[in-house]
Amino acid sequence: MSETIEKLERLDKKRKEHEKKEIERSSIYLKIFRANRATGEQAHYDTVEVPVQRSTTVLDALLYAKGYKDHSIGIRYSCRMASCGSCGMKINGIPRLACYTKVSELYGDTITCEPLSNFPHIRDLATDFTQFFEHHKDMQPYIQNENADIKDPSKLSEFVQSPEDVDKFLQFSYCIKCGCCYSACPTVAMDTKFPGPQALAQAYRYFADSRDAATEERLELVDDRHGIFRCHFAGSCSTVCPKGVDPALGIQLLKGHMLGYSSNEKKIADLKERLMRK
Amino acid sequence: MEATDRNNREGLKAWLNPSRYGAERISYWLQRLTGVGLLGYFIGHVYETSSLTQGPDAWAAMLELTQTPMGHMILLLVIGMSTFHSANGIRLIFTEGGKGLGKPGRPDYPYDAVSLNYRQKSGIWIALILAAAAMLFGASVLFGGE
Ligand code: HEM
Ligand code: SF4
Ligand code: SF4
Ligand code: FES
Repeated sequence: MSETIEKLERLDKKRKEHEKKEIERSSIYLKIFRANRATGEQAHYDTVEVPVQRSTTVLDALLYAKGYKDHSIGIRYSCRMASCGSCGMKINGIPRLACYTKVSELYGDTITCEPLSNFPHIRDLATDFTQFFEHHKDMQPYIQNENADIKDPSKLSEFVQSPEDVDKFLQFSYCIKCGCCYSACPTVAMDTKFPGPQALAQAYRYFADSRDAATEERLELVDDRHGIFRCHFAGSCSTVCPKGVDPALGIQLLKGHMLGYSSNEKKIADLKERLMRK
Repeated sequence: MEATDRNNREGLKAWLNPSRYGAERISYWLQRLTGVGLLGYFIGHVYETSSLTQGPDAWAAMLELTQTPMGHMILLLVIGMSTFHSANGIRLIFTEGGKGLGKPGRPDYPYDAVSLNYRQKSGIWIALILAAAAMLFGASVLFGGE
């Protein structure tokens, strides 16, 4: 209990420090990357002045610009609350969520918005996530366990997991697939076949989940010439992740299992129904 | 078709600019830079010592080449590179196996990553300081005295 209180106090202090660094201004200039591959529009930047308040996010500012200054600005967004993962873009050169980045955290009078690198460009700030999602799907991001017979509804039952079991993977399941990590990773920048931090962290998320029985298969999946060992722990993925997923941690822990630093034993969770029958 | 398009990859530019993402990115950059530097030195070193097969005179002539201020500067650089590379390499051997990175938990705002902790930062600084100390000592031996 006292440990929890200490942790909360520490976090509180950190947040206050964050607030102290806020920069006040009444307006900023947005320097927006513009290009349209389909129509052959050449890459250039448009600068738009936008009024801001203390709480204005970069997405708010972009939507103001789109609403009142130039309707043709191409952006992708949905939730406006760091949940959907649509609004990832490079803000002042670093991949971030536009809806989660307040104007008051950024220095200077001009804020530069560019599409995420390492994603094929579509138009203005919108990029193509097809390959990124493919890498995610390649990791078979679902529980595999023969005991759970999903075809027979009468046999449906929950797995029994302790809070400790949940803590092992929970953080990695907070990933919203925004692609910020994929854009920051120096290996992704060079190697299209490298699954990238998002996908590899998901490989660990299912590997560490006690409900999942495909342990060996998951290790084989990432142990490829373009696989997990292309990660050199540059940590940039974890620096930019807006959800605290810390993909670099998951990746190194998975490597630890492959290198034999950590034991591969995991007790597979039992089904509640089967425990009751016993 | 678009999905396989390589456009907008940062490519080598991502590697060449390590300044954007913090200490671990710089460590990654330096580790590779010093690694490639050491490889270069290793090849040069094999070439240098191979002159022994041409007899003592050829060896002595080769040694002459390294006894210049330029040769000393290169040796100093090698001392610095190998010290940093080994010290930081030992840190990486642990961290890349998930040791010293902390445990997954329940992230809270402002979501600082546990893996990028003080152990990494101090490890990188220790490697840098050791490299600087080794270079200073090397300089005092190579350039000092007689
Ligand atoms: C005590 C001696 C050494 C240790 C502990 C060591 C350790 C390491 C480690 C841990 C890495 C990082 C791998 C990664 O980024 O995932 C690395 C990279 C590298 N090392 Fe060494 N190393 C040593 C000596 C050498 C020597 C003598 C050479 C050259 C002949 C060398 C050449 C390289 C190269 C070229 C790289 C870059 C590879 C990359 O970035 O992936 N190393 N070393
Ligand atoms: S790991 Fe983080 S940065 Fe990467 S896609 Fe998931 S939420 Fe985004
Ligand atoms: S830690 Fe690995 S996956 Fe993350 S940015 Fe660095 S190289 Fe990429
Ligand atoms: S709009 Fe949904 S994450 Fe930013």
